[in-house]
Amino acid sequence: MESRSGHLSWLPHLILVLGLALVGFPIYVTFVGSTMTTPEILSGHMSLIPGGHFVENYLAALTQGMPQLSGVPVARLMLNSLIMALSIALGKMLISFLSAYAIVFFRFPGRMVCFWMIFLTLMLPVEVRIVPTFQVTANLGLIDTYGGLAIPLIASATATLLFRQFFLTIPDELIEAARLDGAGPLRFLWDVLLPLSRTNLAALFVILFVYGWNQYLWPLLVTNTASMTTLVVGIKSMLTVDANTPWHLVMAMAILAMAPPAAVVLLMQRWFVKGLVDAEK
Amino acid sequence: MATVTLSAVTKSYAGNAVIHGIDCVIEDGEFVVIVGPSGCGKSTLLRMVAGLEAITGGTIAIGDRVVNQVEPKDRDIAMVFQNYALYPHMTVFQNMAYGLKIRGLSRDAIRARVDKAAEILQLGALLERTPRQLSGGQRQRVAMGRAIVREPQVFLFDEPLSNLDAKLRVQMRVEIKRLQQRLGTTSIYVTHDQTEAMTLADRLIVLNGGIAEQIGRPIELYERPASLFVAGFIGSPAMNFLDGAAGDDGRVVLAGGTVLAATAPAGSGVTVGIRPEHLVPAAESEAAAHLHVDMVELLGADTIVYGTLGEGGPALLLRLAGIAQIAAGTRLPLGFPPEQLHLFDRATGKRL
Ligand SMILES: Nc1ncnc2c1ncn2[C@@H]1O[C@H](COP(=O)(O)OP(=O)(O)OP(=O)(O)O)[C@@H](O)[C@H]1O
Ligand SMILES: [Mg+2]
Repeated sequence: MESRSGHLSWLPHLILVLGLALVGFPIYVTFVGSTMTTPEILSGHMSLIPGGHFVENYLAALTQGMPQLSGVPVARLMLNSLIMALSIALGKMLISFLSAYAIVFFRFPGRMVCFWMIFLTLMLPVEVRIVPTFQVTANLGLIDTYGGLAIPLIASATATLLFRQFFLTIPDELIEAARLDGAGPLRFLWDVLLPLSRTNLAALFVILFVYGWNQYLWPLLVTNTASMTTLVVGIKSMLTVDANTPWHLVMAMAILAMAPPAAVVLLMQRWFVKGLVDAEK
Repeated sequence: MATVTLSAVTKSYAGNAVIHGIDCVIEDGEFVVIVGPSGCGKSTLLRMVAGLEAITGGTIAIGDRVVNQVEPKDRDIAMVFQNYALYPHMTVFQNMAYGLKIRGLSRDAIRARVDKAAEILQLGALLERTPRQLSGGQRQRVAMGRAIVREPQVFLFDEPLSNLDAKLRVQMRVEIKRLQQRLGTTSIYVTHDQTEAMTLADRLIVLNGGIAEQIGRPIELYERPASLFVAGFIGSPAMNFLDGAAGDDGRVVLAGGTVLAATAPAGSGVTVGIRPEHLVPAAESEAAAHLHVDMVELLGADTIVYGTLGEGGPALLLRLAGIAQIAAGTRLPLGFPPEQLHLFDRATGKRL
């Protein structure tokens, strides 16, 4: 598939650069905005060269209490987002790994019923079941808690199915060899299954972290006090109807909201590559 | 070391019987090969000894202990699988050490055992590699190493060589035999390859459709096959079979009219077997029949002659030592040495 020799080699590059510009330009503008003052942004001919207020704006956003957020600084919102995203990602991984393990490797009454019940939840995204979920969460007294933010989003059919498919590819002989070696179910899980799943786990972590971090509707519902809300929800609260929106801070918050998922993707990317190069068998 | 005693062992899957009562005592230190066509139940039988399949009926004892209800890990056995079943994420060393680690052996004891096995199997230089970085033959050896380090009472092999190329298979076959003689461990080995079976076995179990057709030393099976099935299965090229019948005087006459120097109960339908290597060219005057030669294969060490018995008669194979100058299309006078004839009841397939 290599046609590098031809004089058309600039074409793929051009397409890539155009695509990149299309996606990257709004982000760049946001970044530029986050280094200016609000009057500069609203002046009508905003410069495309970063302004001189970078440190000032970000420091303000992170540490100053925002009046629009009842005096809570953005750092707190970031922490909330981080806790929620990590809990959702790790919780989903743990639960789906264990349930796939049970479904694939054990014969118990109602095994297929369990499988289909998990599968059915795929048909019901969070938004559809949000009212009853909210009711249950409220009754459990989980409003304005990290538990309330994360737990209802943890059950995951997608991840369970992914692990199930992967576990089904593990040859029976390997399981039998482990049995002959004297590895019980937990040892097998820990010594064989977990190490074999590590590239799957890494990929899933990235996807689930980004998913958790970007949640909007659920945190909006389940948090009432500003100190428990998340960054994504916080940005929306900053946009007031009157003309007092501090655009420079909103832009800085947008950049701050993008940074952790981007960092996770970039860091874990090395794992993907390793997983691809290293692929067993 | 231990004996393995199978008594009336049966196996059914959901009412479908696949093993129909096998009795066999495998002596201490003996190398027994279970051989048979695909689907005859070889793996099933072996896996019952391993404890990977439940035993439907009868008992299996290792040493003096009936193991029907014993967990695989407590049976003191080790198994080598066809696809090796190595842990892909562990190094060769870890693969071999894993079972010992679980059993709670000390680090030093594990190291000593693995090193010893690695030396026997020439794996010393590969201990830090993962299975992915090994050739098929090396993986095979690691799988054997994993079995050896456990120092079990019984080795179980399920077609361990069938994923290797022909040359390596021969080489590993010799290695397995040598290893087993050196360690003196009772071994049960499953294969569908009759050459492997003949060369490795102290004793063979020929399995057909879940029934042990014959149990005996390879040469016994070659010289006195108990049934048509065994006769056709053991030996390569396979034995020639010719239809015949016993006349009123009991003399066996082939379908083509050739009278043989053999007798059977008068009036019975007989299948006559003779191995390609036992047919001999005869002088024209003494010929019992003629082979119409279709094709000749010169293999160097021997010559295989394909033909039919008489014009348009049944197919017949002849194997001659060395290089024989026979042209296709010729008529070759043949003799049937009486002591090399095998007679089987055509109805039951049993030896007469
Ligand atoms: N789990 C199972 N459920 C139902 N039938 C089975 C099962 N395992 C094996 N069988 C049947 O039992 C018979 C014997 O199978 P087995 O695997 O022992 O054959 P084999 O002699 O090892 O064949 P091969 O040389 O192809 O490995 C086959 O007819 C097979 O279809
Ligand atoms: Mg088999």
